[in-house]
Amino acid sequence: MKKFKSMLLLAAASTVALSSPMLASAQDGTLKVGMITTLSGGGAGLGIDVRDGFMLAVKAAGNDRMEVVIEDDQRKPDIAVQLADRMIQSDKVDVLTGIIWSNLAMAVVPSTTAQGKFYLSPNAGPSALAGKGCHENYFNVAWQNDNLHEAAGAYSNDAGYKKAFILAPNYPAGHDALTGYKRFYKGEIAGELFTKLGQKDYASEIAQIRASGADSVFFFLPGGMGISFLKQYSGSGVDLPVVGPAFSFDQGILQAVGEAAMGVKNTSQWNKDIENPANETFVAAFQAEYGRLPSLYASQGYDTANLLLSAMDKADVNDADAFRTALEAADFDSVRGDFSFGSNHHPIQDIYVREVIKEGDVYTNKIIAVGLKHHADAYAVECKM
Amino acid sequence: MSFILFIEQVLNGIQFGVMLFLMAAGLTLIFGVMGLINLAHGSLYMVGAFAAAAVAKLTGSFLLALVASLGAAAAAGALVELLVIRRLYDRDHLDQVLATFALILIFSEGTRWIFGSFPLFLDVPELLSGPVTLPGGIQYPLYRLTLIMIGLAVAAGLFLLISRTRIGIRIRAGENDREMIAALGVDISKLYTVIFALGAALAGFSGALVGAIQSVQVGMGEPVLILAFVVIVIGGIGSIKGALIAAILVGLTDTLGRFLLPVFFNTFMASSDATTVGSALASMLIYILMAGVLLFKPSGLFGEKQG
Repeated sequence: MKKFKSMLLLAAASTVALSSPMLASAQDGTLKVGMITTLSGGGAGLGIDVRDGFMLAVKAAGNDRMEVVIEDDQRKPDIAVQLADRMIQSDKVDVLTGIIWSNLAMAVVPSTTAQGKFYLSPNAGPSALAGKGCHENYFNVAWQNDNLHEAAGAYSNDAGYKKAFILAPNYPAGHDALTGYKRFYKGEIAGELFTKLGQKDYASEIAQIRASGADSVFFFLPGGMGISFLKQYSGSGVDLPVVGPAFSFDQGILQAVGEAAMGVKNTSQWNKDIENPANETFVAAFQAEYGRLPSLYASQGYDTANLLLSAMDKADVNDADAFRTALEAADFDSVRGDFSFGSNHHPIQDIYVREVIKEGDVYTNKIIAVGLKHHADAYAVECKM
Repeated sequence: MSFILFIEQVLNGIQFGVMLFLMAAGLTLIFGVMGLINLAHGSLYMVGAFAAAAVAKLTGSFLLALVASLGAAAAAGALVELLVIRRLYDRDHLDQVLATFALILIFSEGTRWIFGSFPLFLDVPELLSGPVTLPGGIQYPLYRLTLIMIGLAVAAGLFLLISRTRIGIRIRAGENDREMIAALGVDISKLYTVIFALGAALAGFSGALVGAIQSVQVGMGEPVLILAFVVIVIGGIGSIKGALIAAILVGLTDTLGRFLLPVFFNTFMASSDATTVGSALASMLIYILMAGVLLFKPSGLFGEKQG
């Protein structure tokens, strides 16, 4: 309820700001942020985490010069585009952020940056925006889509897997996932499958895994798809080791997978046990504020807000060049530890291998190794800014 | 591709089919008897799954969870029928679609309001987890085998109910001539509530059964709803027998298509292209099946002649 109340306050605050005469001028350093994210429907857990992480950082900074307008895109590209237009044209926001899904990002980001606004991505990192389609005003604070899968490929080599069975949904991010995995994995592919997006029954795929003679399984099935796959996999009697990106093992869905996820290795750029003061503060503050453990999405929202706050301290957003330079410097304490931007404004960061464990009654992750150190994405070379 | 793998996939197809049948049976009864398009049927599936997850968490008993799913979905169905659906019987299909679509939104956001945005946990009971070895050395998950049995048992029960009991006679009479049965002194509105609650209970039951091996989350019912509509169109609207046969047909087509098409394309294409083309075509297969059936039998396999 607390959450709801603070949203109401926020909404009220933004209405007041809209109706009062625009006293804000270029010099007083205010910054208006438009957050478009998924707050309803099946994928709402991710958007809520990004929002909560972001607002936690804003609240902690006590910075009253930043104003945030939050809207729900319902995971629909057309609605996201309408919201972006409205935020830019009538709300006069300086920075947009919040989008979870790559297809929505593709619909919103190019037009936003073309209108001279900044876009900071707290999650989606489609390859098209990292390579040829990169833009000086587009920053990705999470990862390029391929990154976590690449780390999973690298980990498979380290673990000595020679014959992997790989599967992902049949849509662009799914293709990116298998490409990313294969970019680093050196062994043989026992089988490769594209499943239907949103598919919930994997009996057929699991039977094929059983028959393939593979020695390990890599899968990218975000959200509910991953829950279904893991539960069915654990009941099938196939006991090959499983590797995947963090998206099927984040804090929000692990409780729904339960015992079936125990011991599974997954790759992530963040975990709650990374040791640095920023992360310790974040994890404690998030739990105190919302009464649950943060997920990697929450950490990405938190970092996005802190990056923005750090740039605000250095430059005024109306001086776009100075503000961009301030963003590029990434002069903030990331909860991930080392964090910097590559030439295409995508992160260069360590990607860890985590294992699912149980702490008391709660399923969570523990870092067991570093998958890739100082990892940048493969598309940076194609980016000409 | 071995024979064992093929048999396993056939079992998977049948299991998928019988679970679809539980959804489609209610939908086809409601459409057949009351002439109502109920888009909110998927929400009742979700209600069943959430009720089961909540009760399983509270009591730790899967059996009680199943009972709860039946009860909660039937209660939700009866309530919705009394409050909303009842006003829609005489309206045209567009009004029904609009109102029941609104119900989907209300159910989804209401569920989120109560249970939050994160998926709930519901697991297969200990007794039924793990695989069993079938004759011929086929390893198959015990729970899925149980689902097939339960589905077939429910189908048999429904047949008996419709063909042997008094309420069954009324349901069949209602399908044939609504006005006449009312004129004969049967309380038609009570009958409608009962049928609606029965359909809802079946949907909720399948939601709970399937929820244990999939994810219990908001919006879980809508993809199944679309498939259930395909099933009742193929089977013929109002026909339980048609729904059963069509459900198994759809289950087998979908499962075997997903499995065999990539293999087929692989015989003359590069592996990753074959996977892409095969899975793209596989996801269309049941709709192609539906189009094919409608071409030769416009009112479905066991549908009454229009007119």
